Amino acid sequence: MNPDKLLFAKTHEWVAVVSEGGQKIATVGLTSFAVEALTDLVFIELPKIGRQVSAEESFCEVESVKAVSDVYAPVAGEVIAVNESLPDNLEILSRDPYGDGWIARIKIGDEAGLKNLMDHAAYQKQCEEQ
Amino acid sequence: MMSTTDLLRTPLHDWHVAHGGRMIDFAGWSMPVQYTSITDEYYATRNAVGVFDISHMGRLQFFGTAAAAFLDSVVTRRVTDLKPDQVRYGLVCNELGGILDDVLLYGGTADGVRPYAMVVNASNREKIVDWLREQLPAWQQRSSQRDALSIGDVTLQTAMIAVQGRKAIEVLASFFRMDSSAPALDLGGMRYYHYDRGYFAGNGVTVSRTGYTGEDGIEIICDRDIATDIWDGIVEAAAQVGGMAAGLGARDTLRLEAAMPLYGHELSEAINPIQAGLSFAVNLSGRDFVGRDVLERFSVDKTQPVRIGLHVEGKRVPRQGCPVLQSSEIVGEVTSGTFSPTFERPIAMAYVRPTAQAVGTRLAVDIRGTQHAATVVPLPFYDRGRKN
Repeated sequence: MNPDKLLFAKTHEWVAVVSEGGQKIATVGLTSFAVEALTDLVFIELPKIGRQVSAEESFCEVESVKAVSDVYAPVAGEVIAVNESLPDNLEILSRDPYGDGWIARIKIGDEAGLKNLMDHAAYQKQCEEQ
Repeated sequence: MMSTTDLLRTPLHDWHVAHGGRMIDFAGWSMPVQYTSITDEYYATRNAVGVFDISHMGRLQFFGTAAAAFLDSVVTRRVTDLKPDQVRYGLVCNELGGILDDVLLYGGTADGVRPYAMVVNASNREKIVDWLREQLPAWQQRSSQRDALSIGDVTLQTAMIAVQGRKAIEVLASFFRMDSSAPALDLGGMRYYHYDRGYFAGNGVTVSRTGYTGEDGIEIICDRDIATDIWDGIVEAAAQVGGMAAGLGARDTLRLEAAMPLYGHELSEAINPIQAGLSFAVNLSGRDFVGRDVLERFSVDKTQPVRIGLHVEGKRVPRQGCPVLQSSEIVGEVTSGTFSPTFERPIAMAYVRPTAQAVGTRLAVDIRGTQHAATVVPLPFYDRGRKN
């Protein structure tokens, strides 16, 4: 997926929002910057399908050799799908972070969280400043 | 990210930055945690050669005819019988037997041509220098020593490079000279825990058969000015056999698999050498040193928590501070953990009650609120002389 078409959270998640049958669905993943910074990933704990999450709530954990990092839900809603192929193929996260490396799909309950997200240019600026 | 401008820099700092090193604050030094991936640097070391900048380690020298006798009074092992080409691992303890640091001692000559030397942890360098200087006057009085004795900290004027891995010796076979013109320094003939002086481009260097990875290899101490030339030459030679520069991340996984303790994790002032499993480095017979009598009592105390190794199920990595449980009761705490590439599973070191220490004991580790089954295994996890 072209990152220019995605929205980004301060905490390094990306979001793609699509409408399906009148319902807005957010696909969420980790940015290439985040995956690169983590390196040597050994574990991911995916959220449970059906879980209700609020915006900026930790709903997934990724673990590298050196540290554990939280993945935050960029928007409130219900987790309706998770990428089951990730736990045994963590390299997908670095190989295709904006495509096959997606983590979860959230049926958006409250769109308010989307307002706090930024576009790709703003996100890149944030990364350069870190 | 944190500012790294106030941190100490090794002579190789610019090389690290230019080669993609991810610099972190380690004990007040800006050090590379990795250049590529921790796992790649780990395998380069296990299978070929890893080259590590360890210039952050503290390097102390002791001048005066009484240097050996003084050191003997402050470390857990005998120093007075150390030969001028020998290195010995030992501990510096406080009056209560708590570990102030774990150190390497380099034997010297009474005339000071080869000074007695000590390598200490970066995090403890200033503490140890201050503490040794505090101990000195009282010891001189006690032992009626009148000869001048000085303690020098040469950390900032020198560099230290570790070259580790099964191909380390072969890579460096003709790297150093015996003197300014003579044949190559025979590293293959150098015994484990021995050292020698060698020459690189006419400059004297200290080369020891020591390391902190569980692999064969050497550690080099040289003047700051020639560190980059030596480093470049070694990294280039290592690359010919599949080796590479490696950061602190790989070093931590390597030392953990080899069950080598790390100060601030397995060792602290609240831990004594006996419970840390370091009795081999405590010599109580016929000598006196700070903490000796307390350590003698600890050496027969079977009630204190002890250091053990754990294989942990699942993929989550136990971290320092994770509780260790036996039948739902907390019996100890993890001090270090990692995902072991060799065993393809998480491993950890922990301190547990003696009733939970037997090899084969089934325990659990609480990792962020979830219990993971674990089994006590013998240390070291990895032994290069054994099939792992």
